[in-house]
Amino acid sequence: MNSSWWKGLVVPAALIATAEVAMRINGSTSMSLAAPSDIAAALAAALLDGSMLAATRDTLISAGAGLAIGGLLGLALGILFGLVRPVDHLMEVTVEVIRPVPSVAVLPIALLVFGFGYTMEIAIVAFSCLWPVMIYTRSAMAGIEPRLMEVARALRLSPWARISKIVFPAALPRILVAFRLAAAIALVVAVTVEIAINPLGLGYGILVAQQGLQPALMLAYLVWIGIVGWSLNTLLSLAQQRLLGRAARVEVAR
Amino acid sequence: MNRSRFLWLIASFVTAAGLVWIWQVVADNRLVNPVFLPGPDRAWMALVRGFTTGDLDVKLLATVERMFWGWLVASLVGVALGAAIGTSPRLRAYLSPMLEFLRPLPASATIPVAIALLGLSDGMVLAVVAFGALWPVLLATVHGFSAVEPRLYEVGRALGLSRAAVIGKIALPSASPDILAGMRLGLTVALILSVVCEMIAGRDGLGTWILLAARSFRAPDLYAGVILLGLLGYATAVAIGLLEARLLVWRSRSR
Repeated sequence: MNSSWWKGLVVPAALIATAEVAMRINGSTSMSLAAPSDIAAALAAALLDGSMLAATRDTLISAGAGLAIGGLLGLALGILFGLVRPVDHLMEVTVEVIRPVPSVAVLPIALLVFGFGYTMEIAIVAFSCLWPVMIYTRSAMAGIEPRLMEVARALRLSPWARISKIVFPAALPRILVAFRLAAAIALVVAVTVEIAINPLGLGYGILVAQQGLQPALMLAYLVWIGIVGWSLNTLLSLAQQRLLGRAARVEVAR
Repeated sequence: MNRSRFLWLIASFVTAAGLVWIWQVVADNRLVNPVFLPGPDRAWMALVRGFTTGDLDVKLLATVERMFWGWLVASLVGVALGAAIGTSPRLRAYLSPMLEFLRPLPASATIPVAIALLGLSDGMVLAVVAFGALWPVLLATVHGFSAVEPRLYEVGRALGLSRAAVIGKIALPSASPDILAGMRLGLTVALILSVVCEMIAGRDGLGTWILLAARSFRAPDLYAGVILLGLLGYATAVAIGLLEARLLVWRSRSR
């Protein structure tokens, strides 16, 4: 694979070149397409004047805050449901009814309660991050070596010590996988909410560029959103490997 | 299903009913502003009214149709493309880096581009839904095809099977659990994108209905719409679960 990394660049390069040539031949006066060179220029300009970076900051703040709130709630619920089986059984129907509600369906409710702005976006991101984290944490609890729990019982650890000293470290690799998934979801939901209604961040930027008939800027935003999403994904994978080393690989192999 | 499992299920239904009752009490005593939180009785009445005197059924059907067609196109294209890429190491070397880059791209970010290209039309919605739901199916298929036991391919070669026969008889059945998991994810994405497209493009459907209800402070209608969307999400999950159980019968039998 190492000797043939260039193969991955052939197709995108060919596509970009074709688009460039096609746009140049036809003379680009289109309101929906732009030549790759114009897109690159628009991207550079928007990055230099700071507007795109400000939008990126807004989006990442909302996604991050939502991930933190939803993730912590999901973690707490997952530990509770995973360790106390009766609660899990009792809440089964409730959870199964609320979980499949699409994240965008709560969007109008958040709009009604919080109005436009960060709060409503954070609330929706938190709602959509809660479920995957909760479910992964709950199954991570079930995967803990039972003998560790016996040790905890034998040592008569308090519930808090049991969670912080045994349960949490034992389940950490799977919990981190859950957070990585949730981070990807958080970015997608944040951008979706911005495109749908919230006048904020990258999603709003791309919508305004489209409505202002600036195809180069619109596509520049699309490319930038792709870069942000890809970087976030790559960073989180790297962080996971650094933090856990071999434990992470075991998790993937399973 | 054993007895204790059944009893727990009943207890769980009772808990859910208890929570709805608490919601009712909270709403009746106006502990939360009724503009934000109508009681379940008002939401239910709005739901019934929407179906009997309104056109909620038409809107529901419109959303379901958008979701279904987009998902179907995505599934067919995704499996076909995934089979081509998954069975050819050369194609994989050329294409998979690009696919890896496109995968984390939020599908909703393509909506403005699709609007610019196709206008505020049903074709635009179909394109966005199909494009968004394509990725989970495509990547799951590629993964499923490349994870097929290599010895099975060797058997295929030894038997002199054609490429189509290898795909149809060996790779596709072996990859079907992955493909179905991808299609399940694709269906969730399709529902979300259908609703978002309706909200932005104003196409008639549940998405427009709940957004209009929120903007005009008709909270019971809004909650009725959200409940309906939740039921729709639940129904699609159950439907694909049944499909999975039916298609993968051989898998549980062999274990």
